[in-house]
Amino acid sequence: MSLAIKPAPVKKTLVVAATPQKAFEVFTAGFDRWWPRSHSIGEAPLQTVVLEGRQGGRWYGLLENGREAEWGDVLAWEPPRRLLLAWRIGADWKYDPALLTEVEVVFMPEGEGTRVNLEHRLLENMGAEGEGARASFDSEGGWTGLLQMFAAEAAKAS
Amino acid sequence: MAYGNAAFTALSDPTRRRVLERLAEGPRAVGEIAEGLPVSRPAVSQHLKVLKDAGLVNDRQDGARRIYAIDPRGLGAMRAWLDQFWDVALVAFKAEVERAANDEKEDAP
Repeated sequence: MSLAIKPAPVKKTLVVAATPQKAFEVFTAGFDRWWPRSHSIGEAPLQTVVLEGRQGGRWYGLLENGREAEWGDVLAWEPPRRLLLAWRIGADWKYDPALLTEVEVVFMPEGEGTRVNLEHRLLENMGAEGEGARASFDSEGGWTGLLQMFAAEAAKAS
Repeated sequence: MAYGNAAFTALSDPTRRRVLERLAEGPRAVGEIAEGLPVSRPAVSQHLKVLKDAGLVNDRQDGARRIYAIDPRGLGAMRAWLDQFWDVALVAFKAEVERAANDEKEDAP
């Protein structure tokens, strides 16, 4: 049985009181100043987070234990309008250079400020090939639970 | 949302997010999860129950200990976590960008 369960992208939108240039700059060069430290998913607390400002740039954290925790890299660098990042952490919460999920951030002027739209998509790539995911889909509760959710979503959408 | 609201609701609590993040490091017993968290062990047990009911974590008995792990259907857990994560991150981003923009205004001649 091969029924693909495709999770919806995570979408966020907000307006900030700053120019698109400023918003882009703070999002990227100022990344370390706002990225939540409480949400480390690495092996140790985060000390510094780095987003290298160029296409192909690395995106990673320096941990308090001196090691690095990779998240991904910069797929498209289009200041001040658009940023496309690869988030390469899977459903097993581990970095996998072969995994691609995309975080697209678009900055658009709105009034005197900037609308920031963020979309984290291709989440279906996470662990889609994982043995754990497949095993649990086949286990009792796996498919049943997912299909119930699917049915509820379909009912909402129709 | 393609994944259940239970997961989303379960992760709206910051302590439960921390518990899930501890489990992202690997399977843990309650005592190990409680280490480094500012909540009691019984409170952690309660949070684990909510996470388990939401299908985000599972548990197994290992001798006298009960070991908790992120449910291998982790895609649901990860999506719910990301949904909450980006909310928290973007609130922090907004505060920082507006602080920076404001500083520049004050510095302008």
